[in-house]
Amino acid sequence: MDIFVQQLINGLVLGSVYALVALGYTMVYGILELINFAHGEVTMVGAMVALTVISALVGSGVQLPGMVIALLGLLAAIPACMALGFTIERLAYRPLRNAPRLAPLITAIGVSIVLQNLAMLIWGRQYITFPPILPQGRHQLLGATITDIQVAILGTSVVLMLGLTLLVKKTRLGRAMRATAQSPQIAGLMGVNANTVISLTFVMGSGLAAVAGVMVSAYYGLAHYYMGFLLGLKAFSAAVLGGIGNIGGAVLGGLLLGVIESLGAGYIGDLTGGFLGSNYQDVFAFFVLILVLLFRPSGLLGERVGERA
Amino acid sequence: MLRSKRRAWLTFIALGVMLAVLPFVVDFGLGRSWVRIMDLALLYVMLALGLNIVVGYAGLLDLGYIAFYAVGAYCYALLSSPQFGLHLPFWAVLPIGAAVAGLFGVLLGAPTLRLRGDYLAIVTLGFGEIIRIFLNNLNAPVNITNGPQGINQIDPVSLMGVSLGKSHELFGISLSSPHQYYYLFLVLTLLVVFVSMRLQNSRIGRAWAAIREDEVAAEAMGINVRNIKLLAFAMGATFGGLAGGLFAGFQGFISPESFNLMESIMILCMIVLGGMGNIPGVILGALLLTVLPEALRYTGDMQRAWLGHVVVDPSDLRMLLFGMALILVMLFRPAGLLPSRQRKRELVAEDEIAAQEQASVYDARH
Repeated sequence: MDIFVQQLINGLVLGSVYALVALGYTMVYGILELINFAHGEVTMVGAMVALTVISALVGSGVQLPGMVIALLGLLAAIPACMALGFTIERLAYRPLRNAPRLAPLITAIGVSIVLQNLAMLIWGRQYITFPPILPQGRHQLLGATITDIQVAILGTSVVLMLGLTLLVKKTRLGRAMRATAQSPQIAGLMGVNANTVISLTFVMGSGLAAVAGVMVSAYYGLAHYYMGFLLGLKAFSAAVLGGIGNIGGAVLGGLLLGVIESLGAGYIGDLTGGFLGSNYQDVFAFFVLILVLLFRPSGLLGERVGERA
Repeated sequence: MLRSKRRAWLTFIALGVMLAVLPFVVDFGLGRSWVRIMDLALLYVMLALGLNIVVGYAGLLDLGYIAFYAVGAYCYALLSSPQFGLHLPFWAVLPIGAAVAGLFGVLLGAPTLRLRGDYLAIVTLGFGEIIRIFLNNLNAPVNITNGPQGINQIDPVSLMGVSLGKSHELFGISLSSPHQYYYLFLVLTLLVVFVSMRLQNSRIGRAWAAIREDEVAAEAMGINVRNIKLLAFAMGATFGGLAGGLFAGFQGFISPESFNLMESIMILCMIVLGGMGNIPGVILGALLLTVLPEALRYTGDMQRAWLGHVVVDPSDLRMLLFGMALILVMLFRPAGLLPSRQRKRELVAEDEIAAQEQASVYDARH
């Protein structure tokens, strides 16, 4: 039971990071029907920028509490990623908005390769460690342990997700986003500037990605130029699991995928009588994903699209 | 009439001679390693043509195509290497690999028939990863694939008692191993090209096009969508398995690392970049994307020539330039380098319609 609760907590923490990245995928997909393959790399850049700032501050010997330094790193990463997301959309996706559907997918892959290799040139091939500045407290919860970092990740994610939901549901901008997602042309007739809305969507998604990147690197204590690839892949799977284009779906999919993964890693050995070890945890995640899509072809919360809507 | 026919034959003969002497020219001009790269390029042409059936003809976005390549390669490796002590002949192993890969294609296709577009993409991607992870971990409790170490000492391809792994003399010309593989791959590539061409204009090919354009309408026209889609998956997978078997024999060593997601994405890039659905385009894309990363290794020499010393390590730089090339080509030629005639027409037509719509809006305002 203790192990179960522990894996559940770990899974929820991991899942909330997935969910934040998945939100970026799903918002872009909802409006443009584009898989933004470079989104995982934006997360990586966020982590790298934050770590650079944090390491510089720690190295300069400034006497500041650890939390403040981490926050400063985060505050540097968010605008950097927002600018990056804005630029990517402008340069690689906007010119291809009326092109065949797979063309922007290929530029997205191109952007992803470019960002990865640029990051490698700037920050090198080695792992970058997160300085041990954050509080390391541990708390007991239902017989399991939860660390301060885990609490911070969960709290930040919940706040951000609530904020995003409010923004989409209650504000003028949110209404414009929903309208553009339904039909860019009609939204345009109603006085919505689709280009601005799309740019802002990319900017917001990239901001969330920056936060997710910082959280992941703080959680594992590491960052690497290649980290965005797998994270992006998992997050994209999460978005599809929940029903891509659906904001609630991305959150649900992310949390589910995280929990499935960590429970899978913990129990897969027992379930298969020791035949499959924890190195099959990704198989488990993908298997559940495939199974869900077989029975709900448009994801858990995705709308049932009629034949050729 | 007669003249154009003669000209066509002359073109064919010229092309044939060119393809036949190409490895010698390349060997002489650029070195033996480039003949190996040409061999690999031919394998990628086969792979790209196989994926082109699934994505280009039938319009099913498959991001796990490399799994079939892996299945073919592992079939070959397990059946003719010291791993199980089996050494079956080439002509038995290659069809087995292709058939097993085709079976896997149906296995993937059958449950995913209801999925569309990007949902299909993620499921195929997951399928590809599952295959790779299994290959990576099936060394315990029973050692089948030898895990991440991969399988070594795979028998080289051997035709009628002649092993392609060694050099041979033919009419006084010494043929190295890469040269011999080149000719084998060339023949098989031409076969795949021929099959692709015949498929495209066949009843099945037209059915694929119909499904790609509008599944509901195709079904209403009496096309058995389920079987035709499965056939697309199976055909594509068979080509992939074929190329995989050849790869295993050619390389002599395979490991799960050769079959990661990036490879699937690369093959997709080849066909989209070259021109989806158009055979010359797909071939061009495959050749370009195999040769370009290799050619970019020479950026070190270029830096030395222009700047006096190597500023950035070429192995760091080449993938960066490669990514930029992908972006630029797509920006300037969104339908691919050599788009199919139909696709080109569609793009132009859309522009015309858009212009008409613009004009009518303009009329209404004034």
